[in-house]
Amino acid sequence: MPDDKKQVAMSTVAMEGAPRGLGSKNPKQGKRMTGAQAIIAALEAEGVDLLFGYPGGQAIKIYDALYDSTQLKHVLARHEQGAVHEADGYARATGNVGVALVTSGPGATNTVTGIATAYMDSIPLVVVTGQVPRAVIGSDSFQESDIVGMTMSVVKHSYLLLSADDIARTFREAFHIAKTGRPGPVLIDVPSDILSAEITFEYPDAVNIPSYRPTYRGNAKQIRAAARLIADASKPVLYVGGGVVSSGASAQATELARMMRIPTVVTLMAKGAIPSSEPLNLGAVGMHGSKYANMALNRSDLIIACGARFSDRVTGRFDEFAPEAKVVHIDIDPAEIGKVREAQVPIVGDVRRVLDSLLEELARIEAAPDTAAWLSQIDEWRTRFPMYDEHVEEPAGAIVPEVAMRQLSRALDPESTIVVTEVGQHQMWAAQFVDRELPRTFLSSGGLGTMGFGFPAAVGAAIGCPGKTVVCVAGDGSFQMNLQEMATAAINNVPVKVVVVDNRALGMVRQWQKLFYGGRYSATELDDVPDFVKLADAYGWGAERVERPQDVEAAYARMLATEGPYLLDLRIPRDQSVFPMVAPGGGLSEVIGAIDSGAGFRIVAEPDGVGWTNWASRTNKAAGGVGGREGGR
Amino acid sequence: MRATKNHNVLSVLVENRPGVLMRVVALISRRGFNIESLSVGPTEDPTRSRITIIADVDDEAWEQITKQLNKLVVVHKITDLTDEPSIERELVLFKVNAPAERRSEVIEIANLFRAKIVDVGRGSLTIEATGDESKMQGMEDLLRAYGIREITRTGKIAMSRNSKEE
Ligand SMILES: Cc1ncc(C[n+]2csc(CCOP(=O)(O)OP(=O)(O)O)c2C)c(N)n1
Ligand SMILES: [Mg+2]
Repeated sequence: MPDDKKQVAMSTVAMEGAPRGLGSKNPKQGKRMTGAQAIIAALEAEGVDLLFGYPGGQAIKIYDALYDSTQLKHVLARHEQGAVHEADGYARATGNVGVALVTSGPGATNTVTGIATAYMDSIPLVVVTGQVPRAVIGSDSFQESDIVGMTMSVVKHSYLLLSADDIARTFREAFHIAKTGRPGPVLIDVPSDILSAEITFEYPDAVNIPSYRPTYRGNAKQIRAAARLIADASKPVLYVGGGVVSSGASAQATELARMMRIPTVVTLMAKGAIPSSEPLNLGAVGMHGSKYANMALNRSDLIIACGARFSDRVTGRFDEFAPEAKVVHIDIDPAEIGKVREAQVPIVGDVRRVLDSLLEELARIEAAPDTAAWLSQIDEWRTRFPMYDEHVEEPAGAIVPEVAMRQLSRALDPESTIVVTEVGQHQMWAAQFVDRELPRTFLSSGGLGTMGFGFPAAVGAAIGCPGKTVVCVAGDGSFQMNLQEMATAAINNVPVKVVVVDNRALGMVRQWQKLFYGGRYSATELDDVPDFVKLADAYGWGAERVERPQDVEAAYARMLATEGPYLLDLRIPRDQSVFPMVAPGGGLSEVIGAIDSGAGFRIVAEPDGVGWTNWASRTNKAAGGVGGREGGR
Repeated sequence: MRATKNHNVLSVLVENRPGVLMRVVALISRRGFNIESLSVGPTEDPTRSRITIIADVDDEAWEQITKQLNKLVVVHKITDLTDEPSIERELVLFKVNAPAERRSEVIEIANLFRAKIVDVGRGSLTIEATGDESKMQGMEDLLRAYGIREITRTGKIAMSRNSKEE
């Protein structure tokens, strides 16, 4: 490459990950200070105003330096896992890099689940861990753990700082790497002796990492090829994943759907990226997606995958997935393209920029939609197999989770609310029935499926978005995994609203036992402990229990009208199942528990008249099969 | 997985820093693949090292490994030499039984393979040999008759034959 061109290419990449703050123009630039002060100055130069953490011996000097910062607000979590999920929830809701600060040893190991959760969902985080002094690293000294080694497979990148002189450059690189390309968590391990070393603080603006150059602009020839395929397709489906959210491509993806009249399916990670109110949006797809969305995806002749990775939760049994479809795959991560499904037109690039060019190209070739027949076919499926139908027979006098989630959806203003979920049945009901109009307003642990993520993430989102009401749809099991963060919410007066969908069960696992393990409920029934209302009271929260369907809407209204943190214990029967469901180990056509309108009940025995018992035992075998690929939740 | 297993050779140019080898190796072993041969050394540029990795993996998995390695921030460049004309070399040390009466036979074999005798013991000889896979195998087969006490291999290093990198 000629030098001037190289210069231009480098500056675009640099701009891509530039500090949100003042960078080299920060007021502490050029000053003498300690390593600990330099870390605080680096965070300030990056424009960080909020971090989540928990102190300890090897982080005490950083905490001491933090004491003087007027820019940084530190939120003291009650557990390091909580701190990382809080930083993650903040990052998902705001789009900024989330920052967590913890001490060495147990403080550091407690962050691992949080980091892995962020990694699987491509969330930008910078996690700073204290470490024992350089001289004793490797000697099993008190509270030493090899956190760089332990987290190696769940970070985008990590650093063990070996000199105070490297602090500024390392922090700049870490933030750059976390938020550019495919975002992800970056860990910086800081031996405590370098915190007292004196240095001159020189914060750089640019980074120079020759081995890290994400591709942003899609290949023009491939974009033309994609446009041709789209123009020629008669049964296309737009498959929207989390990359659309991280690249800020919601408007472009929605525009593409509307312009070419393409029915659209949305993964859990992308919920909100296409408005629920958009008629072309078929909503949830995959294991607990609607039957019509799965039929559409599976029978399409062209899949336009945008920032999505053909996860096994979406495709079901892979060798039966969308047999007739060609694939246009747009992703910033070249390793995703062709990983699971071969792409006829692979496009490596930033989804937003690629879609911008694709829209231009479609306009240029005057592509016209040819999907009327396809859309009316899908509409027929949609009418015949609705996601839910109020005529389905339900236990009398009990709260029906599907209905309760619809009511919650209606109670929430789409512009000013964020919904965060835990993991389990309640998560799937929320994904199915809570409508969202905007990206970054539905947050859920998709890739790792981390119970205990949702509540702290909701706290982080609420602190990051003070103008919004944050509602956490939790399960009674998941909520108990990080409920110590109730103190964090109480003390910081975080007005988070937690709806505990309380089935006294690890419902999702219990559902599998019910369907595939002959109702042998091994270790999935939780006793009616704790009393969540009393628990909330102990933390100084508002709370209420609701048990009758007719009381649910008023209870939501009271919850939303109350200032400060609030818990609503929503009691549902233990025995509810999430349907429809793609049979584990089955293809997308093997949907069980879909509703056949007209019939007014769920069809549990599918496919094609294979008896229920037959089917269940067959699946049971499959579920234990090949390398756990079909594995459970 | 449909594709068949292959003898794959990757040449990976990385940062010359602590922890880099571990990142590369962990990424491969995490997927359950056994690395058959591995060698690392500095390059013409002291800030970079070259890692040569050989593994028997099917093509699909190999492509995925290559792409994932490319994502590591410490990896500069990957050259897949599997199907390229390339030079592969390995240095092998053989310690072979060689009582006085058979010593000359062993020396003759070493000479035949242009190998060197690097140590002489009372009942043994240590031979240093370099070459490609088949040459080393041939030598090992012949020496076995005398009793091989120990073999140590450096792991293969490789380089493409054409000079398109420049
Ligand atoms: C940390 C963690 N442990 C275990 C699991 C496996 N798991 C998935 S869903 C689930 C049950 C969740 O129970 P609850 O939060 O009450 O939700 P429900 O399914 O009852 O709505 C379990 C145990 C998990 N996803 N995460
Ligand atoms: Mg539960």
